[in-house]
Amino acid sequence: MKQKKWPEAWQEVTPGCMVFEPGNASTYKTGSWRAQRPIWDNKKCIKCGICYIFCPEACVSETGEGFFAANLDYCKGCGICAHECWPQAIVMMEEEV
Amino acid sequence: MGKRIGMEVGIAAAEAVGLCNIDVAAVYPITPQSHIAEHLSDIVHDGRIDAEFITVESEHSSISACAGASATGARVYTATSSQGLMYMHEVLPIVSAMRLPVVMGNANRAIAGPLNIWNDHSDIMNQRDCGWIVMHAENGQEVIDMTIQSFKIAEHADVMLPTVLNMDGFQLTHMIEPLEFPTQEEVNAFLPDRVPYATLHPDKPVSMGCFNMPEIFTETMKVKDTALINSKKTIIKIWNEWGKQFGRYYKPVESYKSKGAETLILTMGSMGETASVAVDELKKVGKSVGLVKMRLWRPFPLDELRAAIKGCKTLIVMDRAVTFGGIGGPVATEIKSLIYHDKDRPRIVNYLMGLGGRDVTVEDFIVMVERAAKKKDETYEFYGVRE
Repeated sequence: MKQKKWPEAWQEVTPGCMVFEPGNASTYKTGSWRAQRPIWDNKKCIKCGICYIFCPEACVSETGEGFFAANLDYCKGCGICAHECWPQAIVMMEEEV
Repeated sequence: MGKRIGMEVGIAAAEAVGLCNIDVAAVYPITPQSHIAEHLSDIVHDGRIDAEFITVESEHSSISACAGASATGARVYTATSSQGLMYMHEVLPIVSAMRLPVVMGNANRAIAGPLNIWNDHSDIMNQRDCGWIVMHAENGQEVIDMTIQSFKIAEHADVMLPTVLNMDGFQLTHMIEPLEFPTQEEVNAFLPDRVPYATLHPDKPVSMGCFNMPEIFTETMKVKDTALINSKKTIIKIWNEWGKQFGRYYKPVESYKSKGAETLILTMGSMGETASVAVDELKKVGKSVGLVKMRLWRPFPLDELRAAIKGCKTLIVMDRAVTFGGIGGPVATEIKSLIYHDKDRPRIVNYLMGLGGRDVTVEDFIVMVERAAKKKDETYEFYGVRE
């Protein structure tokens, strides 16, 4: 997982720590925070998209067949998708250390 | 230079702001305030200057509105006092961290409780570590001059930091003094338009006030500290430019008849004027006394202060604020820290005085100097407290 590079020395920090590159938060991969990952059971999934709506990281997206999956580069493993899923099609699995 | 006119200092501060081509002023227009905000709103309303005057619902909002406006590249001013400054407190370090050159006028008044409203320095001392440039004016003329200088200092490319100009509440803000105003042309010649480092504009996106992870927060703090320390050079440069143009020179530390004096009084703000009369009186009766006045509180003028007190035997530090449960008033505590390593350091006598509007007269300064000679230890003392 590619991580954001920090300035080598304090002299390289811009005044006010301003950021001139738009959208560069995407280079910070929050997936490294995850202790659990969401696993979809597509046999139970009704394709309602509630997981997509509730994901606070906006990392859940629709796949080709209309099912849903999380981008694990950004998924923090918060479990909100599993909590909200009506047919309980998502389970949170412990990440292996 | 125009002729001298009589004017209340708070109103003069607003008039000085009116000469500075501001774009936005955001203030909470009711108590605690001085006449600065009220008169500035008149100046805007009467169409004398082309600026937005935003009346907000609190000081927390006024300083936030100033930050937002400043981030768009505008020249911004706000004024407050006492509890208002306390309510701004949460936002003050954010303004300096974002390097936004907001200029503030603060009418120094005691903070509650108990509710008081009169002058002392407890409001600004509580903001000590907010990363702002903190200056103290001694009289009305300095309020005018330093208000105009503040914009040039804050916005300078080598500074980019907010400034707060302190003027003692009532003792200064509500006094009518003979004052000289520079003309608009003279101010225009002194004060260039703001050239912002970056502005919030959709054509060139920039993120300001970004979240800092532990991996970079320390570096960001180092940058901010260095910026404030380095600003002193530019402040002195701009004060010299003012001196050349207007004939009134400003220094981080001012000395009055201090050469060779065994005892020095150290003051900040309007009490310096009273203390200078006391020095004259004491010199008449053969006392070896002088006066040192701090104009710049942040960045702390280390070298200038050390030079100003060099050679004196006793340094009497006047503090107009209490550091409860501490080891002295805020000014004395820092000066003790400054000279800790010095071999021939003076004995420090620290008076907490002039609190919550208690008048400090020439006679009081004379008594304090006489008592300082007899004082054996370096503990602080509430001068004038009834026992």
